[in-house]
Amino acid sequence: MTDDKDVLRDVWFGRIPTCFTLYQDEITEREAEPYYLLLPRVSYLTLVTDKVKKHFQKVMRQEDISEIWFEYEGTPLKWHYPIGLLFDLLASNSALPWNITVHFKSFPEKDLLHCPSKDAIEAHFMSCMKEADALKHKSQVINEMQKKDHKQLWMGLQNDRFDQFWAINRKLMEYPAEENGFRYIPFRIYQTTTEQPFIQKLFRPVAADGQLHTLGDLLKEVCPSAVTPEDGEKKNQVMIHGIEPMLETPLQWLSEHLSYPDNFLHISIIPQPTD
Amino acid sequence: MPASVLWAVDLFGRVYTLSTAGQYWELCRDSQLEFKRVSAATQFCWGIACDNQVYLYVCASDVPIRRREEAYENQRWNPMGGFCDKLLPSDRWPWSDVSGLQHRPLDGVALLSPHWEWESDWYVDENFGGEPTEKGGWTYAMDFPATYTRDKKWNSCVRRRKWIRYRRYKSRDMWAKIPSKDDPEALPDPFNDLSVGGWEITEEPVGRLSVWAVSLQGKVWYREDVSHPNPEGSSWSLVDTPGEVVQISCGPHDLLWATLWEGQALVREGINRNNPRGSSWTIVEPPGSENGILHVSVGVSVVWAVTKDRKVWFRRGVNSHNPCGTSWIEMVGEMTMVNVGLNDQVWGIGCEDRAVYFRQGVTPSELSGKTWKAIVAGRESDRSHSGSSSSLLSAGCFFGDEVRGSSESAPSDNDTSEVERRDPKQLLPEESLDGSSNPRGSSASDTGAGRTPGCAGEHSGPTEDRGDTAAALGPREHSDPASPPAQLPWTSIDLKEPKKAAGHEAASCPEAAGLSSQGLCPLGTEEPYGADDHPLWAWVSGGSCAVDTGSTLKWFTVQSGLSPSAQTLSLSITPAQTAAWRKQIFQQLTERTRRELENFRHYEQAVEQSVWVKTGALQWWCDWKPHKWVDVRVALEQFTGHDGARDSILFIYYMLHEEKKYLHVFLNEVTALVPVLNEAKHSFALYTPERTRQRWPVRLAAATEQDMNDWLALLSLSCSESRRVHGRLSPQAIWSITCKGDIFVSEPSPDLEAQEHPLPCDQMFWRQVGGHLRLVEASSHGVVWGIGYDHTAWVYTGGYGGGCFQGLASSSSNIYTQSDVKSVCIYENQRWNPVTGYTSRGLPTDRPMWSDASGLQECTKAGTKPPSLQWTWVSDWSVDFSTPGGTDQEGWQYASDFPASYHGYKTMKDFVRRRCWARKCKLVTSGPWLEVAPIALGDVSIIPACPETEGQGHSIALWAVSDKGDVLCRLGVSELNPAGSSWLHVGTDQPFASVSIGACYQVWAVARDGSAFYRGSVSPSQPAGDCWYHIPSPPKQRLVQVSVGHTSVYALDENGNLWFRGGITPSYPQGSSWEHVSNNVRRVSVGPLDQVWVIANKVQGSHGLSRGTVCRRTGVQPHEPKGQGWDYGIGGGWSHISVRANTTRASRSWSREREAQGPVRC
Repeated sequence: MTDDKDVLRDVWFGRIPTCFTLYQDEITEREAEPYYLLLPRVSYLTLVTDKVKKHFQKVMRQEDISEIWFEYEGTPLKWHYPIGLLFDLLASNSALPWNITVHFKSFPEKDLLHCPSKDAIEAHFMSCMKEADALKHKSQVINEMQKKDHKQLWMGLQNDRFDQFWAINRKLMEYPAEENGFRYIPFRIYQTTTEQPFIQKLFRPVAADGQLHTLGDLLKEVCPSAVTPEDGEKKNQVMIHGIEPMLETPLQWLSEHLSYPDNFLHISIIPQPTD
Repeated sequence: MPASVLWAVDLFGRVYTLSTAGQYWELCRDSQLEFKRVSAATQFCWGIACDNQVYLYVCASDVPIRRREEAYENQRWNPMGGFCDKLLPSDRWPWSDVSGLQHRPLDGVALLSPHWEWESDWYVDENFGGEPTEKGGWTYAMDFPATYTRDKKWNSCVRRRKWIRYRRYKSRDMWAKIPSKDDPEALPDPFNDLSVGGWEITEEPVGRLSVWAVSLQGKVWYREDVSHPNPEGSSWSLVDTPGEVVQISCGPHDLLWATLWEGQALVREGINRNNPRGSSWTIVEPPGSENGILHVSVGVSVVWAVTKDRKVWFRRGVNSHNPCGTSWIEMVGEMTMVNVGLNDQVWGIGCEDRAVYFRQGVTPSELSGKTWKAIVAGRESDRSHSGSSSSLLSAGCFFGDEVRGSSESAPSDNDTSEVERRDPKQLLPEESLDGSSNPRGSSASDTGAGRTPGCAGEHSGPTEDRGDTAAALGPREHSDPASPPAQLPWTSIDLKEPKKAAGHEAASCPEAAGLSSQGLCPLGTEEPYGADDHPLWAWVSGGSCAVDTGSTLKWFTVQSGLSPSAQTLSLSITPAQTAAWRKQIFQQLTERTRRELENFRHYEQAVEQSVWVKTGALQWWCDWKPHKWVDVRVALEQFTGHDGARDSILFIYYMLHEEKKYLHVFLNEVTALVPVLNEAKHSFALYTPERTRQRWPVRLAAATEQDMNDWLALLSLSCSESRRVHGRLSPQAIWSITCKGDIFVSEPSPDLEAQEHPLPCDQMFWRQVGGHLRLVEASSHGVVWGIGYDHTAWVYTGGYGGGCFQGLASSSSNIYTQSDVKSVCIYENQRWNPVTGYTSRGLPTDRPMWSDASGLQECTKAGTKPPSLQWTWVSDWSVDFSTPGGTDQEGWQYASDFPASYHGYKTMKDFVRRRCWARKCKLVTSGPWLEVAPIALGDVSIIPACPETEGQGHSIALWAVSDKGDVLCRLGVSELNPAGSSWLHVGTDQPFASVSIGACYQVWAVARDGSAFYRGSVSPSQPAGDCWYHIPSPPKQRLVQVSVGHTSVYALDENGNLWFRGGITPSYPQGSSWEHVSNNVRRVSVGPLDQVWVIANKVQGSHGLSRGTVCRRTGVQPHEPKGQGWDYGIGGGWSHISVRANTTRASRSWSREREAQGPVRC
């Protein structure tokens, strides 16, 4: 029998094979070879693409280099979304490797946030963590942690250290024995078909009658359009970390095991591919 | 903590129990009688029914209460007929008791009460001092009375033999009337109050209980000879009192308080082990002169009281030495009664709402607790109602196939009179609903009505004399329990009103605010049966209810329709673990990895893995002499490859002669990490094969316990990772336990039991599992049982981690709280001198007057701390009378000088004496263990897997010996239900100590007298076998342990000698003789491959000596089952090992050889 702990490991060590190619209009001194990399699903693009940046900068003139940004099939990739989410949302049903185009010019100001340094990523990551804990424990756990614990969480993510990260993160996944789960489940639901970037609402893991809420309950409540009607055809895929959990899966379990390092469940709703 | 129960009586006299694990009051199984009083002890409950007779309820247990009756047959030799029963006129009776003074014919031995039955007929005892007599049980002597011997000599003129017969207490799970055979003149008058306690004054096997009762005339009675084996006691004896007593309370230990009619309290002094009745009374004045004490309840070191104005008081400063305490403190709340249970926990019954309240926050340091919290648990019979308010239930929820209990509709015939009698008096519905009238009108009159809300009955005579308002009710007809059921129309109406009133009052009471007694009221009055929703209680007893700070109780919230069975912890696999959604997630993740990673492994990783270092400051027990703790810097360097595999090195940097030096340990060479906690240091030992051979581990100490646990967890994880061992244990795992109770497991490699070049023992890798045990036994079915120091039985849940291993090193489920209790012993030593007798003044050369057992270390009561910071004291120091060798009445043991062998009586030659003081301490930890309640065990053995019996659907044979020495056989044990279902008691003529079952159902056992027994005819279809065969022990040796493997039988004696049973054949499984194998052995475990592993007493290494070392017998072969030598493994400090799960066969050739030879077939 497989242990739940193995899920954490599988989630953490999820990798997406990616092929980076330089945008055709970028001016280069010589031909830019594509660059192949295994991207950690749980990390952030700008955090793990130092090598890509270096690779392409070698063939470019210094004056042509400004802030790097990425694009997939015309959509600029938001660095502040975890990589796995971007992939699930935009490219999950396309062939691997994932072809990402690299840009150094014409930063799409209206679509993307600037990422001046790793500190920006850290600030974003920590603010997500704090928000998640506010939902889960009224911020009690994260506030009781020491500065060095916060640092360890971030360093764990940055250096891809599962143990280092989970040594601290497990505290964020605990809840009082007398409750059956967190206060609210930190989740965000993303759809490519809507204008709204994501849906986020207050949702408890346990119903008033003591029953555990499931993924299906959540979707019915906050995103009914994503749920396949009983007699209808399946129109959407509900995806987390590249898998489609059954709608019967308890939400609390999902939150404990399939959350991203920022402690949010990032759920992608994508149209069912037509074969 | 096992589930235990709280007993309570409602206003109708019905007795209910509430389990600490449950959330519903369950009606007592025997509900024929109504009660006014109950007083519970573990396994027993005494009560006074409304007929004022005393009843005893013995809870059913798998182990029967049985007592042995003995009689001796005496014969004298005469030249005419040889030995015959014609004795000399001056001789004893032909049939007598052991002394010979009392005539005791077999047919004259009668059962004492109708609650006993004979187990079998009389039979002759063949066992004489651990040896079979083999001569019809006769023992010979020159004359009566004399020393008897087994053998007949030329001068043996008399002989005798012992006949034995067992009787068994049969009235279990029912109220058994205590018979009164006393002289009718001296009969105590009807009883009014009763209290059970005193079980902590004497330890087992005495197991005495004190039962005190108060008669309606105010006299106090003590029940003689009540003990666990004799639950009914023998007779009532009167205890003089200075006044008229109305109520009495006996604590678990030596506290006994009573209340006088005038309102003072009486305190009994001089209660001790030798005089459980105490010697004298002292009067304690009530808190105020105008309001006397109405009710008092005592615990181990607390006294609670209720005065006539219903105020609750706590007595300050009460303990064994000062049973009267110092002063009263007023507590919040108004109660009709309070009751102190186990652990000095307190329950009360609210005087307004008649709800049972639990005092929260009572701890040893804060005995008065924090707040009263109402227990809102419903009654089981109410469950369909409490659920009806839930929106979840369907329209059909009111239909059920249950037979509706009497509590919901009309009260049963017996109830009728009670209800009729009490309702108007105590609840006064009209009055209390009348807003203007005194809201406490009802309770005020109740107060006057007295101390016994549940008992105003036909014996209300004396209370009437005192102007009791109950008299207003007038004399009542005697209620005949056999009268036909009352079909009175008022039942559903009159009952409804008072309860609503009660709920209304509760809301107005500040203490009860928010306690939702109202929440239990029906939402709408249209509910026709809603009247009985809120039970009204009259009495509560917590004497068998164990609650401590770690307990989580579900009594305080209304539960929605879950069945109680769903909430109890169970080892069967939960639906969540097998749910489809879970399977799918695992499956999809595997698929995802394949899809996204398989073809792209040659891609570069985005994040490079670098060396990760954890550094810190520790202390190190240096390798050179003089050995001492030196400050060191340590660094753990971890290298991780892209596949997640990792290797680590631990560096220890130290200074020697002003020079920087370091030593390093590759973590993939570490074989064990052992916490060594003591009161002074938080240290741990790190073993490698080399260090194991040297008997000199690397010992490191941290500044704080937390720091140590962090290092230990990190290093353990790194060791496991570098060896690719993590997660679940295999069912073949080898288990061992250190003398500190820490549990270690090792995964056996295939070459561990290889015939040629086996893996040396010192290379085995041991990892720790959470929990605290004294012994553990495993089988390759994956069934593992453990026994704690407090004899609690535990079953392994299949998890890993726990204890100090948190997070990743621990499984997410199957980890539970575990606790253990052990005693710390110190010795008080005295020397005799001609002037003053024994004093604590010794010779200058003597040991300290307070010392450890060896006398080398001074240990005072005040200075002795629990073994480590994990342990906390849970009792005070008390004299230990159970020391081997016996003690006198004050616990002293005498000897001619220190150190010597001690005996329990004083002789002329004794100049020194000592006595043992013990203090209990408790540890709370966590681990993959669930308690198997309620029977405490001394030993356990599980059948090793045997290819012949596998897969036949039989339950797995498991035998055990209880802490009292009863032999037990567990039924229903399987891989899915490792805890099994129930015990089957296997009768023995004496207490046993050890048991072991071999792969072919050979059950061997060792009795406490040191002799061995073989159980015949044990098989899957006859799990308990048929009879015991007495096997003489090796000459002049008392056996202590036996272990049976596939065919080999090994036994261990008290002097550390290991014996092999020779001559065992399929037709003669008892074998013929004991063959000496080795000495220097503490514990033996024989496995299913007949492999022999022991804990060796002493093993010398190059750097040190280790005591308690795991060793394997080498050269064990089918034709040489005794083996040749020893291979030394991990140690010292080990105390237990079980290899009985390891069936990993070494090589095929060996098993073929074995089959060919096959000395014994199953």
